[in-house]
Amino acid sequence: MAAPVYRASLPDANELARERRRARLRRFGGRSVLYSAASFFTLFAALPFAWMLLTVFKQNADLYDPNHNPFLYNSPPTLDNVRLLFEQTQYATFIRNTVFVSVFVVVITLVATVPAAYSLTRLAGRWGESLGIAIFLVYLIPPTLLFIPLSRVVAELGVRNSWWAMVVVYPSFTIPFCTWLLMGFFKSIPWDIEEQAMIDGYSRLGAIWRTVLPVSIPGLLTVVVFSLALTLHEFVYALAFVTSSAEKTISIGVTTELIRGDVYFWQSLMAAAAIVAIPVAILYNLFLDRFIAGFTLGAVKG
Amino acid sequence: MAAIEARGITKRFDGGGGAAVDGIDLASTDGEFLVLLGPSGCGKTTLLRMIGGLEPPTAGDILIGGRVVTDLPPRARHIAMVFQSYALYPHMTVFNNIAFPLQAAKLPKETQKQKVGWASGILGIDHLLDRKPRQLSGGQRQRVALARALVREPNVFLLDEPLSNLDAQRRASARDELQQFQRRVGTTTLYVTHDQVEAMGMGDRIAVMDQGRIRQVGTPLEIYDDPADTFVATFLGSPPMNLIPDGASGLLFGFRPEHFVPASDATGDDAVRFPFHVHRTEYLGAERLLYGAVGETRTIARFPANADLPIHVGATSEFAVRRRDLKRFDRETGLRRDQIRGIG
Repeated sequence: MAAPVYRASLPDANELARERRRARLRRFGGRSVLYSAASFFTLFAALPFAWMLLTVFKQNADLYDPNHNPFLYNSPPTLDNVRLLFEQTQYATFIRNTVFVSVFVVVITLVATVPAAYSLTRLAGRWGESLGIAIFLVYLIPPTLLFIPLSRVVAELGVRNSWWAMVVVYPSFTIPFCTWLLMGFFKSIPWDIEEQAMIDGYSRLGAIWRTVLPVSIPGLLTVVVFSLALTLHEFVYALAFVTSSAEKTISIGVTTELIRGDVYFWQSLMAAAAIVAIPVAILYNLFLDRFIAGFTLGAVKG
Repeated sequence: MAAIEARGITKRFDGGGGAAVDGIDLASTDGEFLVLLGPSGCGKTTLLRMIGGLEPPTAGDILIGGRVVTDLPPRARHIAMVFQSYALYPHMTVFNNIAFPLQAAKLPKETQKQKVGWASGILGIDHLLDRKPRQLSGGQRQRVALARALVREPNVFLLDEPLSNLDAQRRASARDELQQFQRRVGTTTLYVTHDQVEAMGMGDRIAVMDQGRIRQVGTPLEIYDDPADTFVATFLGSPPMNLIPDGASGLLFGFRPEHFVPASDATGDDAVRFPFHVHRTEYLGAERLLYGAVGETRTIARFPANADLPIHVGATSEFAVRRRDLKRFDRETGLRRDQIRGIG
């Protein structure tokens, strides 16, 4: 019996060319969908910022005329609004207070979350995960409910009407959130390396200091930036606990000082927001890759 | 240099279940290469971790060099361990990885440099000292881990399946290197593996473990030729030992596939005969396997590939085992019923 002969029918040149054209078309179609989606979301995210920056330098007559295109300067740009912000409000003080509050909150958060997250992932056994989620749930209680009991705490500590009130209160939401965040990081670090460090001659604390912390720097940075962001945009507690202008942070300072009755100083408000937003945006961008790594690390086991 | 000893070591994990390690007594001699062999989940890694101090035992004592170290933390036991993953510090260069135990011991910088040079020289990785672990191949990582273990000149090496992350080809040469390395430095080594080839090829002695207990301790030859029970008999050897129930004595007859030969080849009257029904033959290059049955029991016979066999698939022929190659096991307990030679 002769062996069967398998012969694939070879497509001719025309057919090949058609096939190639079709593939190119498909690729082009896929690309254009991707790029248009990306452009849409870029616009969606960037437009408010662009509008904010444009508004900062507008004159009142230009801004309040409904016939004017809001994205064009119909009258020449002016620095008057920024000047008003710095000369007629205590914006510099707000910034200083914000920086102080942020630094304290970030430090307190780090000092509390690193041991908390470590012990929940490594030492608490099978309860660790549930405890971590329980701690995270605390973060979900709205400040509009919590500020009433917390006002007692603030009063007892004698920090009413002072930015120290925020240093006391803000960790109540940064710590739960960041503990949960850091747990994901620690889970992704193999136990082997700290056990190895313990075999190699260090105590558990020494092993954590020399192996776990250096490896989780992206996670620690994520904690820093998130507690910073949460501190910067917090409003309810700041409003409830601080009334004197000299103790206010940016988030309540500018809104209480630049909205007088029903008069909104729009351009100065935008200037106040932009001056804070730009450094934060730069900070985020610098560490963007590490944040993404931070969020996915816990989910996917390496 | 020091011997390792475990006395009545038991480990129960919380959350129920039986003991992961169930009252083990095991002692190595000084400078010995002792292999803990067993299927996954038999407790061998747990035992190793307790000896290393990473896991507190529920009961029992660990001795290293005659000193009780049960309550000492890992750093005080002066041991070195190589993990399955090698556990290199990802944020440090190879040099700093190897120097890490020396930094922990606060040795002067000059001494550290000298010792790292010595250890990396022995393992042939002196040209890699500036690299990070992620830039190394699996084999190179393994050498870095060994160099780090060697550099502090420990009393004891604990190795947890250090070859399982290498590909098959590299593993054979790594086995050879690792054994030579151990012979040269002469440090007592406890080596955990589930791979019987590694155990047989490298161990001075093997401790076979199953379900948290040690089933047998002996040289590779003793373990293979004289298994203490049916678990050891079937866990070692590929294909495993044949076990055939004997109606008259109520025992299990055990024999290795290579000892099961046509009756015509078995000399004299010291052979025990079995009718062997052959279902299938398998040609494996160097050897040929005959799959079949004695009575109802699956049985395998092994021959060199070039052996001239007058066997036909589907036929029943008379096969035999020499009496001294036949082991007898209790059918209920699986324990050996005849005399075991040279148990250690």
